[in-house]
Amino acid sequence: MGHDMKNNSNSTEKDYLNQSDAVKSRFEKLKNREVILEVKNLVKVFKSAKGETTALKNINFKTHRREFVSVIGPSGCGKSTLARILAGLESHTGGEVLLDGKPVTGPGSDRGMVFQGYTLFPWLTVKQNIMFGLKMNNASRDEASREADVWLELVGLDKFASAYPHEISGGMKQRVAIARALINQPRILLMDEPFGALDAQTRAKMQSYLLEVWRNIDITIVFITHDLDEAIFLADRILVLKAHPGEVQELIEVPVPRPRSTMQFNSPEFIATKARLEALIHPAEEKSDAETPIDTHMIRFVNVEDNVE
Amino acid sequence: MHISHWFIARQELSPAKNKGLAIASFLLPLLIWAIVSYVPFVWHPMMKISDIGDVDYFQVDMLVDKATFQQELTNMQAEGKHLPVATPANPVYLPAPHVVFKAFYTAFTTPPQQRDGLWLHQSLWQSIQVIFWGFFISSLIGVPLGILAGTYTVIARVFEPFIEFFRYLPAPAFGALAVAVLGIYDGPKIAIIVIGTFFQQVLIVANTTRKLEYSLLEAAMTLGTSKLKLLKHVVIPGILPDLYKDLRILLGWAWTYLIVAELIGTSSGITWFITQQARYEHFENVYAAIMIIGMIGLSCDLFLAWSGQKLFPWNKQANKQ
Repeated sequence: MGHDMKNNSNSTEKDYLNQSDAVKSRFEKLKNREVILEVKNLVKVFKSAKGETTALKNINFKTHRREFVSVIGPSGCGKSTLARILAGLESHTGGEVLLDGKPVTGPGSDRGMVFQGYTLFPWLTVKQNIMFGLKMNNASRDEASREADVWLELVGLDKFASAYPHEISGGMKQRVAIARALINQPRILLMDEPFGALDAQTRAKMQSYLLEVWRNIDITIVFITHDLDEAIFLADRILVLKAHPGEVQELIEVPVPRPRSTMQFNSPEFIATKARLEALIHPAEEKSDAETPIDTHMIRFVNVEDNVE
Repeated sequence: MHISHWFIARQELSPAKNKGLAIASFLLPLLIWAIVSYVPFVWHPMMKISDIGDVDYFQVDMLVDKATFQQELTNMQAEGKHLPVATPANPVYLPAPHVVFKAFYTAFTTPPQQRDGLWLHQSLWQSIQVIFWGFFISSLIGVPLGILAGTYTVIARVFEPFIEFFRYLPAPAFGALAVAVLGIYDGPKIAIIVIGTFFQQVLIVANTTRKLEYSLLEAAMTLGTSKLKLLKHVVIPGILPDLYKDLRILLGWAWTYLIVAELIGTSSGITWFITQQARYEHFENVYAAIMIIGMIGLSCDLFLAWSGQKLFPWNKQANKQ
């Protein structure tokens, strides 16, 4: 069914492949930069009492320096597992993860990670949280403190330096988490649905804010999300995964020009890209909806004259 | 407040109301005690003789069963002799509140009945020392072992199954053994408290350590924290408030082992005081001593709870209480 739809669809479905010259040259420049992260034939199999489940199957992709990659896919496609493997928090069953050409064997300060659940250390103040990574890597207290002050200003939390995590809002917490990860000057920043727990407004602010940070710092970002708009708005390229087993469906080059702004949500490139993503991700949802169809002829519980529409 | 408002599930009460209810929770048992003691027609199963009449075995201030007194009264009436007089009274083991309250003071001012006996405050100090050393020794090993077991699975698997078994062995059962090994003085008493506390302590601390969000450890690892530093910089500070709370609860348990421990070898401390007073039927002193234990325990706990809030300002949950 899904295939038929793809083949019979009109030309607008392919519009996401049309890139303006500016965008095209940007991608060329980007691909000429050195490769930071390379994933080769990555396989992850979970073994349990019930048997084996393949979470990820033959994942291949490359990320260049200062690239912003989003990873998107339906729930259960293993996108979080992918991030955790890249961070070294989870082992992989087959294939390779190379950071600057060297295989990843465990967690390290060269790969920063921001989690959905903030994971700030509740017993440390905002500033001490930011200093944590430097202290763990044997920086002196003075040096760590000076660096942290710079980052506090950069994330706009200098007034909250001595506040504890439970005293600040979700958006602020995530800003602290970003600063805490970036102070170590990692090669790559992995973000696992970092704004998933925030309300819509805060989320939009954080997206713009993240782009601002990315623009000013030498950092490559791999951003896991399930929000299509978020993926398009932020990323240079979008890695689309499918579920059961998690496989790469497509690596989409986002044709929306940079610098990005919220005005672009209605631009033709944005809409075309979103249409493509929806076509890739939604068929699965249609199927699951079909299993439990919503009955349109509902029993009426109210008086016939008591109409709301 | 309307009575239906009492039954709103988990409702939040104003601080004033909380305080009022807390006081009431102490006043209520006191009220029941007072009613039983001061209202003559409630309970009062005995008669206290004030005039023995012609009953030859009665004595002034003697307590007899109501039925016995009634029997003697009808006997005397039938024989036309002088009638005994008595007032309803409670048994000797239930002194009235005011008697016990007076005992709070007199227990401290009355010299010991035996020449080598101890004053009440000396007995209490002895008990507190036994508790302290028992709890201290237990924590010295139990807390680090618990933290290690909660962090490293291998250590948990090596120690926990045996500890799980050992904690079911009743601590007082080791009394005779402890006396044989450690003599008759404070040694075996401290040992009983250690045995009673230690095994629970390891398991509880290990459990608390396991409850620390794993994602915090993961976050620390992605920030470049080495395996060894993880314990010192994440695990220990992370569990500190909960560990503190556990120790507060465990200290309460140590108190419950105190009485049994003090009966082992030469009886000592507050238990010795209580058994002595009971032997001489000074039940008001017995009640006073038991209440003093309760008061020491409660004030100790309240103090620890209060200082916990000061020690761990980041602990949202504790600060809410």
